[in-house]
Amino acid sequence: MGLFILRRLFQGFLVVLGVTLVVFVATRMVGDPAQVMLPLSATAEQRAAFEHKFGLDRPMAEQFVDFIGDLATFDFGESMWQRRPAMDVIAGRLPNTLKLIAAGLGLAIVLALPLGALAAIRPGGFADRITVFLGLFGLSLPQFWLGLLLIMVFAVTFKVLPTSGYGGWTHFILPAVTLALPAAARLMMLVRSSVIDELNQQYVRTARAKGLRFPQVLFGHALRNALVPFITLAGWEFISALAGYTVVVETVFAWPGLGLTAMQAIKFSDLFLLQAIVFTVAIGIVLVNIVLDVIYKLIDPRIKLA
Amino acid sequence: MAVISPAVPTAAAKPRAGSFSALAAELWHDKAGLFGFAIIVLLIVLAFIAPLITPYDPALQSVAARLKPPVWMAKGSWEHLLGTDHLGRDVLSRVMAGARTSLIVGVSVVLLAGSFGVLVGLFAGFKGGRTDAVLMRLVDIQVAFPGLLMILLIVSVIGPSMTTMIVVLAITNWMIYARVVRGIVLSVRQTPYVEAAEVIGCKPARVIFKHILPNLTSPLLTLGILEFTNIVLAEAAMSFLGLGVQPPATSWGLDVANGKDYIFVAWWLITFPGLSISVTVLAINLFANWLRVTTDPQEREKRFARAKAAERRRAGRTAPTPVEA
Repeated sequence: MGLFILRRLFQGFLVVLGVTLVVFVATRMVGDPAQVMLPLSATAEQRAAFEHKFGLDRPMAEQFVDFIGDLATFDFGESMWQRRPAMDVIAGRLPNTLKLIAAGLGLAIVLALPLGALAAIRPGGFADRITVFLGLFGLSLPQFWLGLLLIMVFAVTFKVLPTSGYGGWTHFILPAVTLALPAAARLMMLVRSSVIDELNQQYVRTARAKGLRFPQVLFGHALRNALVPFITLAGWEFISALAGYTVVVETVFAWPGLGLTAMQAIKFSDLFLLQAIVFTVAIGIVLVNIVLDVIYKLIDPRIKLA
Repeated sequence: MAVISPAVPTAAAKPRAGSFSALAAELWHDKAGLFGFAIIVLLIVLAFIAPLITPYDPALQSVAARLKPPVWMAKGSWEHLLGTDHLGRDVLSRVMAGARTSLIVGVSVVLLAGSFGVLVGLFAGFKGGRTDAVLMRLVDIQVAFPGLLMILLIVSVIGPSMTTMIVVLAITNWMIYARVVRGIVLSVRQTPYVEAAEVIGCKPARVIFKHILPNLTSPLLTLGILEFTNIVLAEAAMSFLGLGVQPPATSWGLDVANGKDYIFVAWWLITFPGLSISVTVLAINLFANWLRVTTDPQEREKRFARAKAAERRRAGRTAPTPVEA
């Protein structure tokens, strides 16, 4: 187990290194930070002063070594927009994003498990067709549009929920639903197909033959075995939400999380803050991946950790 | 002397399985798949001829005709069937023009990412050993990248445009093809006919492209179509965030973004472009679903078994049900 975690940490290190390389090439060699961050009216002297201040006038190799050195010491520089260390800005916003993901993904799981199991009882039956169609429908809705439609219906027309922003629990409902629906559709389809597979297995027939009631077989045996692929996908949903897919939802609902901060950083040409967000999230993804691998091991002893 | 006319071969009347007309007949029976196919055809036609048939220039502004509602509303008029936006641009024309953007971006990204991913997958699966390990490790590493955030960072530095978006989306979406292709290549390499081809001295290129690649057609087709829906959604999302297609060009995502400030007064501004995205993606999903079931021998078998079982049920319960294996 210890060796396994060590190996995954090394792989995670490679991921962060890869992110570093891509970000460096994109921001320093393809793009020009001075052009992005300074106003158009900046004079040649101002540009030179800016480049000198951040070491952009030095050779690329030297810049790269410096870049890595800063990252290794968790020094992401100062946010130009907020005039305070980028890490402070992130520490203030990250919890909001995590809360949103927890609410959205929780809702998705609560929806997906019973619906998927219901659809799997009779493949091709009425309930199955309805849920599969709803699932395909959920997969086809663009999240930003779904969010705006929900605002239009529940906040503008019926005025029962707040349009946007962060506050009490009512502020959670619309963003969480928007984040949840596509994930719920994917998870539901997976639960459906894995429960169908499980229900065709011999052990289900044995359980039924010895007189176990169907609900007990379904929930106690089939659904339980279907949980392994389910947790894999749920973990993947968590990671992809973290990897930036909350940006859209946060923008639509003005949710003060990391995604909205990234968009604001772009708007204010705050390259250093944006870089810091990307690295924080990259490290977060690596850690979540390792935790997920350990969880698989705990729920399914057949999985070998290599 | 009686002339015996040759019997008309009845088998010839029935289309050969796998032929085009057989496929068409199967599609005709699957109404959801047919609906998807019809919408896709409509979309492609629209993308090609949109400039010829749009009632107005999609970018034409008119101060006099701002925020006109669709024709069936109280203040609507036949001049603008789906109303106009805050700059007086015709919503219907913009929705029609948006089809082209979605199609161009979707097709280019799938082709670019697909060809690169397929090449990597073929190479890794065929070479095996160290090459395979290194390439697949690269895939693993890139899969763990913070996808959308990195896209945002790169686009904001390079500057948003349609070309940037296509390139960036292709760079961030090739890995799935490599994984799928490698998996199939690894299993196909074990088959006797590939081994035979190698034994009689076919060059690697010939083995890869003549013997292995045909096995990939069906899974790649389905994967490509499903990825296309992802790209359409990603394009819309990026354009919505202002990092994709830039005005005066049109895109459904861009139109939704423009309409969101008028959500209190003009519901039609976000509704129609958003609906276009949803219907497009839904149609492609339905078609891909049909295609997957139709081209997968295992799925065909299951469907055949289901149809037989239903036939037997209809024929009455007198016939003994066969014992399942």
